[in-house]
Amino acid sequence: MELFRPRADIPFMRFAPIFNAISLLFFLVAVGSLIVRGLNLSIEFTGGTLVEIHSEQSITLPPLRETLVQNGFPEAQVQHFGSTKAAIVRLARHDELPPDEVADNLRALFAKHLPEITVTRVEFVGPQVGRELAENGAIALVLVVIGIMIYLAIRFEWRFSVAAIIANLHDVVIILGFFALFQWEFSLPVLAAVLAVLGYSVNETVVIFDRVREKMRASRGKVSTASLLDHAITSTMSRTVITHGSTLAMVLSILLFGGETLYYFALALTIGILFGIYSSIFVSSALLMWFGVTRESLIKPERKKEEAVV
Amino acid sequence: MNRYPLWKSVLIVLVVIVGAIYALPNLFGEIPAVQVAPIKAGAPWDAAPVEARIRETLASAHLEATGFERDPDGLRILFAETETQLKARDLIDAALNPDPKKPRYIVALNLLPGAPKWLLAIGAKPMYLGLDLRGGVHFLLEVDMAGAIAQRLDALAADIRSTLRSERIRSLGIARQGNTIVARFSDPTTAQQARTVLTKTFLELAIDLQENGDETRLIARLTPSAEQKIREFALKQNITTLHNRINELGVAEPVIQQQGANRIVVQLPGVQDVAKAKDILGRTATLEVRLVDDTPGALEAALAGRVPPGTELLTERNGRPILVKRDVVLTGERLTDAQPGFDSQTQEPAVHLTLDAAGARIFRDVTRENVGKRMAILLIDRGVAEVVTAPVIRTEIGGGRVQISGAMTTAEARDIALLLRAGSLAAPMRIVEERTIGPSLGKENIERGVNATLYGFLAIALFMIVYYEVIGIVSVVALFVNLVLLIALLSLLQATLTLPGIAAVALTLGMAIDANVLINERIREELRAGVSPQLAIAAGYDRAFDTILDSNVTSLIAGLALLIFGWGPVRGFAVVHVLGILTSIFSAVLVSRWLVNLIYGGNKRISRIRIG
Repeated sequence: MELFRPRADIPFMRFAPIFNAISLLFFLVAVGSLIVRGLNLSIEFTGGTLVEIHSEQSITLPPLRETLVQNGFPEAQVQHFGSTKAAIVRLARHDELPPDEVADNLRALFAKHLPEITVTRVEFVGPQVGRELAENGAIALVLVVIGIMIYLAIRFEWRFSVAAIIANLHDVVIILGFFALFQWEFSLPVLAAVLAVLGYSVNETVVIFDRVREKMRASRGKVSTASLLDHAITSTMSRTVITHGSTLAMVLSILLFGGETLYYFALALTIGILFGIYSSIFVSSALLMWFGVTRESLIKPERKKEEAVV
Repeated sequence: MNRYPLWKSVLIVLVVIVGAIYALPNLFGEIPAVQVAPIKAGAPWDAAPVEARIRETLASAHLEATGFERDPDGLRILFAETETQLKARDLIDAALNPDPKKPRYIVALNLLPGAPKWLLAIGAKPMYLGLDLRGGVHFLLEVDMAGAIAQRLDALAADIRSTLRSERIRSLGIARQGNTIVARFSDPTTAQQARTVLTKTFLELAIDLQENGDETRLIARLTPSAEQKIREFALKQNITTLHNRINELGVAEPVIQQQGANRIVVQLPGVQDVAKAKDILGRTATLEVRLVDDTPGALEAALAGRVPPGTELLTERNGRPILVKRDVVLTGERLTDAQPGFDSQTQEPAVHLTLDAAGARIFRDVTRENVGKRMAILLIDRGVAEVVTAPVIRTEIGGGRVQISGAMTTAEARDIALLLRAGSLAAPMRIVEERTIGPSLGKENIERGVNATLYGFLAIALFMIVYYEVIGIVSVVALFVNLVLLIALLSLLQATLTLPGIAAVALTLGMAIDANVLINERIREELRAGVSPQLAIAAGYDRAFDTILDSNVTSLIAGLALLIFGWGPVRGFAVVHVLGILTSIFSAVLVSRWLVNLIYGGNKRISRIRIG
């Protein structure tokens, strides 16, 4: 079976301005929602108490919210978790209440509405820990970006490195934008997913760039950069779709069967993979073209390893 | 040409077989068990009567144990179901520890690997499951280092006071101010004199002289190295104390680890009673030295119910009653160290105590006045006082070095030293993070994680076989080998597997297939260009290798960054991610090539490869 065997190169670069405009729009919306709404950070980052409760009957949330507000938890959040028979209660940090008493307190407060609840999970994070965690996350992100840039600069050339990192940071910002826009919970596993996506979607760019370089060196300057890029993208299409299809199948499986805890983790990966393909093809390649990469810029770092595969 | 040399084939087969063996224990699940051990670790005990007692208890409650195991560390009773295990634990606990305030045995829940003995004998163990998969409590405790240093400075200020007094140097006052100790003197000469004495005595202090109007001040600060030592000591001491306290909780495999410079992680798998766990963690035991009332007839009177005024009837560790005066001679605050050792003359096991200056002075005075009498060392734990030892005072003891000896074994000496040292925390701690995961949630998490991986794997396998036919089957087998090797590595390293870790297994598999897709596409491309099948296979593998390496480097960079900065469950994700990248290179390139060689390599003139 074979799905992709185009006879002629698809003129991707002709549409580059349109796609980049779309990209820019997405990017601006993402940045806008990040600024306006901000990330809904989990208590791992903000500090606070989280209690997961289960009940035999389905839980109606509004009375619980009201009860919490009336009892001195104005910023408490209550959400269903997985099914209507389970809920998560998030409380901002209350110094005066030790976490295990919070659980007992909730049980007492909710007794009126829910006769019997079981508390399956209590998490409490101090504000200092949360801050450190957020800092470490940021450091990790910066390190990954720097590491990848150095790697690509050595492997290719600075223009490739900059184009790839812009494209892939664009993915990261869009993932974050989704989380801000829909106020999905941004937890530690989501951060891990974002970093994994960063490493993963750079691959795609590397494969296309590999092909671009190979063809560029062989072309002796007769072919335009745009048609070289078209050729590179077209000839790697099959691998792109199959590889990402497989990874996506796995990620969707986590999304569907992995349960609530892994849901947003898988969601971040799904968005990341989809936008990773898109940005490798349209954003990074177009940037490469606009940065004015030429055959000459690749001649100097002539090295043994020239093969592009796929 | 498409043949591996024999050594290479043998190596690949060997790695896969070893991997399979070490991954195997994960298939057997775990057996619920109850573990019984004496509360004093390492002390000799007779398991036989205890075992008989347990058998009796279980028989009378009609609970059936599937097996008994005995080793020097303790006794394990195996059960068929978790439910029986839980009931049995409570029963056994009640039977062995009739007085819950003075437990003699630790009765803990445990899960034993269900794998056959020969697997366990070669060190093949199932993966170590994180708390989110097995349920339990997680605490992150922060040691108050400022508090530890302030405590130490307070003690030093007292020492300085008594040193100056014994040297007959008059000061206008000595007090701790923040992180310094300030001593005031009326004239520079006295101050200078004091400074000389103090610098010689207190090596851990840096002392500056400061003229301030009509008085001269000495400002003492801890040297950076001394401060560092205090921090390290406080952390180590607190970890030791936590170990002892948690022992009493009866947790099978507790994790107590340092994290960063001033934090301690405590994980108690299987524990659900957070309140009790916290009570025990946060408890402070105190040490007291008091005199024993050996007046003839007093003990008998007390035993008969007439406790003489000013005394208290307590029990020694060996269970013998002892009458102790209520006046406290010394408290644990004056104790700076306790170490096991030997009496320099009799070579008997002994415990060497070191007291601070003030403690030494009090001790000298009290021992001088009470030669020939007994002195009791008490450990007060949750309001219950126990006499650790009550030696006879043979002579006046000065210098702050005290030796407790007589009628104890080496192990007992070690225990007493530990108890005295660990009795109280070196510095206050507070909980900065806490997580409780119910056991059912853990089981659910495992199930979900495994299902997600399984369905994802099946989807990929189906697609690969339809799309690439025989070569697709090879890719799927290679992917499966990757999974086996990854599980084997995780089991071997006993790295903690968390739910994000399981997700990382799935993700790694999803990403690992990329290598095979690259190879297969390249082979197709070569075939399309008219290359003969054998050459196409060789070229496909050779040329794809660079790109496979390349594409894994970027993932590896991300994985390593997470490993360095990750925390808790995310660390679990990073460990699996990084290991998975390594195993995937091995299986996708070497294993799949070996299989392809096996299928197509034998015949030089095959006309076609079934690659779809």
